[in-house]
Amino acid sequence: MSDRKKIFGTPDIILAPSFMACPGCQHPTIGRIAVEAMMELGIDGKTVAIMGVGCTGGLLGMTNIDVMLPAHGRGPDAASAIKRVRPDTIVWTLQGDGDSMAIGAGPFVGALNRGEKITIIMGNNTNYGTTGGQLSPTTMMNQTTTTSPNGRASENEGYPVHAAEMAATFKGCAYSARSALTSPAGYKKTKKYIKTAFQKQIDNVGLSFVEVISACPLNWRKPPVECLEWIDNVVLKELPVGEYKNVDRIE
Amino acid sequence: MGERIFVRGNEAIGWGALNADCDAFFGYPITPQNESTEWFAREFPKKGKIFVQSESETGSISMLFGASGAGVRCMTSTSSPGWGLMQEGMSHLSAADLPCVIVLVQRGGPGAGTTRHAQTDYNSVVKGGGPGDYNNIVLAPASCQEIHDFMQQAFYLADKYCNPVVVLSDGILGQIREPVKLNKIEFEELPYKDWAVRGRDNQKNCARNFIHSAPGLIPTRLGMNYEDWLVHAHKKFESMLSEVKYETLHEKDSDLFLVAFGYCARSSEEAVNMARKQGLKVGLIRPITLWPFPEKIINEKAKKGCDFLVVEDNLGQMIHDVKASAEGNSKVHFYGILSRHQPNDGGMLMPGQILENIKKIL
Repeated sequence: MSDRKKIFGTPDIILAPSFMACPGCQHPTIGRIAVEAMMELGIDGKTVAIMGVGCTGGLLGMTNIDVMLPAHGRGPDAASAIKRVRPDTIVWTLQGDGDSMAIGAGPFVGALNRGEKITIIMGNNTNYGTTGGQLSPTTMMNQTTTTSPNGRASENEGYPVHAAEMAATFKGCAYSARSALTSPAGYKKTKKYIKTAFQKQIDNVGLSFVEVISACPLNWRKPPVECLEWIDNVVLKELPVGEYKNVDRIE
Repeated sequence: MGERIFVRGNEAIGWGALNADCDAFFGYPITPQNESTEWFAREFPKKGKIFVQSESETGSISMLFGASGAGVRCMTSTSSPGWGLMQEGMSHLSAADLPCVIVLVQRGGPGAGTTRHAQTDYNSVVKGGGPGDYNNIVLAPASCQEIHDFMQQAFYLADKYCNPVVVLSDGILGQIREPVKLNKIEFEELPYKDWAVRGRDNQKNCARNFIHSAPGLIPTRLGMNYEDWLVHAHKKFESMLSEVKYETLHEKDSDLFLVAFGYCARSSEEAVNMARKQGLKVGLIRPITLWPFPEKIINEKAKKGCDFLVVEDNLGQMIHDVKASAEGNSKVHFYGILSRHQPNDGGMLMPGQILENIKKIL
């Protein structure tokens, strides 16, 4: 066996063979891409990662890095504080759309406004997965959820939040991008975006943010392949992928 | 060392934190504690320490979760409505065994209430306003000097028990100016915080740390099950009971004991002195820790037939702890916020009027 070299597989620092997630869920994929990006940059040993409350963060509990799980939505608060008191660490949060855009909207905006040198990765599956598929701020128009049984309607539920675009409007934001995992190119782009986001923190530029659209087959009541089609045809029409901000210096 | 300064109670918070080697302050403006946040904004950066103005009090307390988890001494200060917002965080901090200090400069509640002094947060501070089974030590200073000294005590106790500690001030103590001796108190050395997050490679044994407030969902360092954690929490809170602290005046020969904390303890002390001059056998029991509550001394005195007059600037909160401690052995009278010397938000519980009340009882 000694002549064999591992050329592909789960990163060694991931401690479990598989992650708690429903079939077809892309949240563990986002986590794995973030872990790979971290390892390629050689920063895992000085990282403190913050788990969001919800489906997104679970992977970090099984990764061999320092991890903290604060209250629902408060990831950016805890991350800000850790980065301030330990500026030599790399601090990033892995949150969901409910965690960061609803209950955690205040901490998200607060961290952006203070220009914290942290990285926020948001897995956006347009609903609350953990609790059974309720409406979230990023739910698509007409999308059926257990708390919008007739589909999201503007009169009662308003319109989807554009997190990546919003983050880009803050001067303290160094990087903001959105990607989706609907094609091999999307996987590559996602890793590139997350690596760039970490690099902004390594270079001490400002807050870096990546939103990754993520399929939730169980709660969307769709087979995984149809989920990917729905992301391409519906979600990405409302929330286009791409880099919304990328600066090396904030004047 | 030992320099004397003349400062407001709200500024004594800062000087005390400095002598406690506090590393970071996270806070949000709120009256009547603004001099505290402003002191930290002014003084901490000069000393290479961290000051962050948060986006809300929920932000402040969540920042404490992060900073405390990273292993540094950290604190916030707030007033009553902000304290309300911090309750969720208090519960999470205790669940995650994270030490930090919260200073509450009370104003009148409920709701937005007033921006002036009161003691209307006793219940939520002492009984815990957040969800779940948890406790926190509450220190109640009655002077600027004590605010300074208790800050140091608070950081020591927080680190000793890995639990948040509250220093309970009020609008009067926050705003009065008194001389403060900047003495640094020596405490026994505490263990290295090997549980803190600082990056895996910075850990002594290069083993990761995982800090969370979900002991029923995720295994903790103490074991796999929720019950393992409950047993640990129970032991922690039981051992904290040994920190009970109080002061007495005329403990040996009083028929009536005033029971008061914070600024009301100052008024009560004066009332006791006035009463003694008139030959009345009146004493004072001043709880310094409101949790744990000094039940034993009250119970002993009650069994000897001493009555109590609880003096607190609210509608009657600590009185229930005094009654529980007295176990029906004696009479527990009340002198509260409706007896202020002026019937408004600026009114206070004054020594002369407390004395009148004492005379009615005796």
